[in-house]
Amino acid sequence: MTELTSGLTSTLRQTWVITLRDLKHWQREPWGPVFGILFSIMMLLIFGYLFGGAIEMPGGGTYLPYLLPGVLALTMMFGIDGTMAVVTEDTKRGVTNRFRSLPMSGLAVPLGRAVADLGNSAVQLGVLMLGGLLIGWRIEGSFLEAAAAVGLLLWLRLAMLWLGIFLGLTLRMEGALTMVQVLVWPLGFCSSLFVSPETMPGWLGFLAAWNPVSATATACRDLFGNPTGITSGLLADHAMLLAVAWPAVLLAIFVPLSTRAFRRLG
Amino acid sequence: MTASPLSAHAVRKRYRDTQALDGLDLEVTAGTVHALLGPNGAGKSTAVNVFATLTRPDAGEVRVGGHDAVRHPARVRSTIGLVGQSAALDEALHSRENLVMFGRLHGLSKTAAVRRAGDLLAAFGLTEAGDRKVSGYSGGMRRRLDIAAGLVTRPQILFLDEPTTGLDPRARHEVWEMVRQVVADGTTVLLTTQYLDEADQLADMVTVLGAGRVIAEGTPSALKSDLGGDRVIITATGPDDLARMAGVLGSAAVADPDRLEVTVEAGPAGGGAAVVEVVRSLDSAGITVDDVLLRRPTLDEVFLHLTAPETEHHHEGAAR
Repeated sequence: MTELTSGLTSTLRQTWVITLRDLKHWQREPWGPVFGILFSIMMLLIFGYLFGGAIEMPGGGTYLPYLLPGVLALTMMFGIDGTMAVVTEDTKRGVTNRFRSLPMSGLAVPLGRAVADLGNSAVQLGVLMLGGLLIGWRIEGSFLEAAAAVGLLLWLRLAMLWLGIFLGLTLRMEGALTMVQVLVWPLGFCSSLFVSPETMPGWLGFLAAWNPVSATATACRDLFGNPTGITSGLLADHAMLLAVAWPAVLLAIFVPLSTRAFRRLG
Repeated sequence: MTASPLSAHAVRKRYRDTQALDGLDLEVTAGTVHALLGPNGAGKSTAVNVFATLTRPDAGEVRVGGHDAVRHPARVRSTIGLVGQSAALDEALHSRENLVMFGRLHGLSKTAAVRRAGDLLAAFGLTEAGDRKVSGYSGGMRRRLDIAAGLVTRPQILFLDEPTTGLDPRARHEVWEMVRQVVADGTTVLLTTQYLDEADQLADMVTVLGAGRVIAEGTPSALKSDLGGDRVIITATGPDDLARMAGVLGSAAVADPDRLEVTVEAGPAGGGAAVVEVVRSLDSAGITVDDVLLRRPTLDEVFLHLTAPETEHHHEGAAR
């Protein structure tokens, strides 16, 4: 029992050391996270102002309130490659191997990464929501509902970052990162993030509805009191449940796999 | 006598289609520098990764710091320091921050980790650079900091995987100096290298690896004498002298007309006696020479001899 508690305490302590290290990176080299936010703002402006006028909402309504939760969810999803990039870099440099040669928990390194990335994502969400409010987006729901929406977004980010850790540890070939950076685009866009799945051809709309990010975006629209663009089907009935369940499933798969991959890297 | 900080017996490790370790045996004596010498692909890094618990062997027994590396890897990790092939440092952090981080991950308290970092920086002449980002460091400084990071918790045994690969000569000497300092402080060092002069300079004991197994082992001087005796090399002043020289020196001499050199293998009396003998015969024949050189075999020659595929390995285990 005491051994278990002391094991837990030292894991938490090691996790914190790694978290501080990752945060210090952003303090020293802030361009990564700053560019991440700029990218999201750019997406917001491109879709809000360039394409927005041409996009018609099923069931009426303006585009911006629909769009903003979509951009928030996209930002969480695209975090995958940021996480993966850092893990790949550490592994390539041998930093991961040095961690592995230390008498420390196999969970501390990915967990520290997770805490730091979640902190970064929370800041990103804050900036984007503030920007959205400035250009006319409104939160129609209660404070608690809005907080729940932010919670769901971070929950998605948590799942995506463990996926990123797993990919960073296991995909060792040259160009793996670029491949993931390319693949997140179709995976991100084939969803309810920018247009309602109901406007898509049947099979595509079906895939888009089952996309984990669609569930989060739709549930957030509900909670923020924004139009969902959904009138029937899977997302209309179960968005909230799926927004909780999808990341849980991904975590149940990739937390154990990443921890295992970390220990078995050699 | 302290127990051996590392002993390995019949260790095997296979990666898909290569047998990286093929029955490796190794015994490292406490307080010494032990070099694993071999070409690329000989299994040096795999061996280090197995000893440092990064890789699980397929078979065999490995004990490090008194613990079984397969059954109790966590215990082994608290007795070792690993310095891998690439400098495993956080480029965005200052060097002091790197050392503090690794110390804290080792379980040192914050104050203890800060103190230890300061001591290490001072010991290896890095204090001045201690509060600068590692990304601005030269290759040699980076390497030294990397080795210091492996020493944070005073390991029983420090693994250095090709510590001077890619360094300029000056930086190499600095790293060598650092390794000597580490051993003088009582740490056992196991290093891998492809550079024979490095093993010659640093190691008390050299194990030559080829294709995942030990092909020779011994002290540097034992390995060299195992290969053969000393040689006297005489440079002639011209081609005519070269021919006369070869005649005077008899069947023991081999002439190389391109380099105007005659090489004489020294007999059992040794190199010094051979030089005197050669100079005396040439002098009495009235031949003047450009240069006389006594050469002892280098580890390079030992190495090439042992690892040449067509050579029969007469020396297998000879120097043990």
